[in-house]
Amino acid sequence: MRHTDASYWIGFCVILALLAVAPLVLPEFWRRFVTEILIWGLLAMSSDILIGYTGMVSFGHSAFFGLGMYGAAAVLLAIKPANLWLAMLAGLAAAAVVAMFVAYFATRLRDIYFAITTLVFSQIFYVIIFTWTEVTGGENGLNFSRPALAIPGLFSVPFTTETLHWFVLAVVTVSYLVVRRVTQSPFGMVLQAIRENEPRARAIGYSVERYKMVAVMLSGLFAGLAGILYAIQNKFAAPDFVFFLISGEVVIFNVMGGMGTLVGPIAGAAFFLLLREGLSRYFTEYYLIPVGIIFTAMVIFMPQGLLGFARRRLNQ
Amino acid sequence: MGIPVEQILIQTINGLVNGMILALVASGLTLIFGIMDVVNFAHGELVMLGAFTGATTLAVTGNFWLALVAATLIVAMFGAALQISTLRPLIGRDPLTTILATFGISLVLQKYALWQWGPSARKLQEPISAQFSLFYLKYPWYRITTALLSAAIIGALYLFLKYGKYGIWIRAAIQDRVMAQAMGIPVPLLHTAVFAIGAGMAAASGVLFGPLAGVTQTIGADFTLRAFIVVVVGGMGNLGGSILASIFISLLEAYASLIVSPAQAVIVSFVALILTLLFRPTGLFVPTPK
Repeated sequence: MRHTDASYWIGFCVILALLAVAPLVLPEFWRRFVTEILIWGLLAMSSDILIGYTGMVSFGHSAFFGLGMYGAAAVLLAIKPANLWLAMLAGLAAAAVVAMFVAYFATRLRDIYFAITTLVFSQIFYVIIFTWTEVTGGENGLNFSRPALAIPGLFSVPFTTETLHWFVLAVVTVSYLVVRRVTQSPFGMVLQAIRENEPRARAIGYSVERYKMVAVMLSGLFAGLAGILYAIQNKFAAPDFVFFLISGEVVIFNVMGGMGTLVGPIAGAAFFLLLREGLSRYFTEYYLIPVGIIFTAMVIFMPQGLLGFARRRLNQ
Repeated sequence: MGIPVEQILIQTINGLVNGMILALVASGLTLIFGIMDVVNFAHGELVMLGAFTGATTLAVTGNFWLALVAATLIVAMFGAALQISTLRPLIGRDPLTTILATFGISLVLQKYALWQWGPSARKLQEPISAQFSLFYLKYPWYRITTALLSAAIIGALYLFLKYGKYGIWIRAAIQDRVMAQAMGIPVPLLHTAVFAIGAGMAAASGVLFGPLAGVTQTIGADFTLRAFIVVVVGGMGNLGGSILASIFISLLEAYASLIVSPAQAVIVSFVALILTLLFRPTGLFVPTPK
């Protein structure tokens, strides 16, 4: 027990150190790429709370991601000078409102019905954002300038590729540690009990609906955080990121990396993005054909995903 | 601002026609779900594939009805192959894995269609160009034919399930898979057959839909979503329910598009879905369970 504990933390520190050094040694393109992996990884990890730990497949994570994006964008456009922390707060608030809404309705349903309802909810937000051109910019989305990394009264530096990477890394690491703590808490244990046997969890006396609702809201909040980071990195918010294909990609990250491991989905995101990068050289925009085949094959032959073999250790 | 009665009537007919095409898609989806608990995320992609196959056949032969039959048969065979290769290994696993597998298939099919047929929209030439006057409009007979043909296919399916030998097998397998197998019904074969029937029906509706609007590789996602809504509103696995729900939802959308833009009218059906899930989660058009 103590041994695995130590090896886990050593592994954690090594990977963290590698990720921290990455922007100093990598060329410009790969620096941005690693940052992007971390952001998509955070989104995938947030969805793992539902897929891996509670046993609910969400096809609506694009709604939380997109609303985090638009929430941050709205504040960055409305308030001058642009303030990073206010933008993050607004993005989180927007994602939280949507998550509350989705959680209230969707958690009444199980399995496939839950998946379809979350999908439909994300499409509702997509249609609203797509058609409400005056506020959201419609198809063109919103463009804004990147805020400075600042603590009022202390310092203020504009983001460079390196500092942005470290900022994202810090946010993702803290989120990972928080989510890991949550999944190992008594609350997380109840979620896993619901995944294993819902009627039994109910019979023991847990208010299953309430636990599910909190799980969805928590997951939505972290997905919103990922959306905010993406908005800051790319300086725009677009309706494409609310469309359900993004939710589908998130599910792919989870399946490829290994559900119920938290790190797995991040690895899955890295694997998917690398695959896309590599394959799009040969297949251009049709890279999804080989990726889709690999994904379907993994569902059939490798349901545990890339990191599934390490599931027990990662959850210790 | 009042809405003229003629417009309401025209939208009623539009809603009924769209509803029948949707019912053809949804009844395949719900049949597949009923017999094997598979939520086919790629169902809309089969519609799209059918429409493109039909368009290609039409371009070669010049005969719309031949294209309809050919597309139905080709996509049905393709569906059978798909079921054997990807869904059969998943029997006995968590039903959620079938969502994932079919989602993967839908991605592949969508991009394949883009690669094979290109991004520009295709419009199939309608076989019946006659029109009749409906108030101030010339209303094409083709739309009416579409609705009737869809109804005929669904009716044939109903009769087949009710009286056909294999139809009775299918119904038995829906009721109790294990018992049906014990009675000597080849259930795995039945799964493949039902998937093929569902795929064929999806393809037929794709071809019928072709002349009404342009066919692009993105219509699949739209059909999948609408069919899901209809199937849940009608009660999952319930054939009659999903047919009524198709008409109900299409009428709602048709009326809503009198007031808002068609893109926003979709929200009406989303709201109908949410209300159904809140108040009658077993479906609108099924008797209340005891």
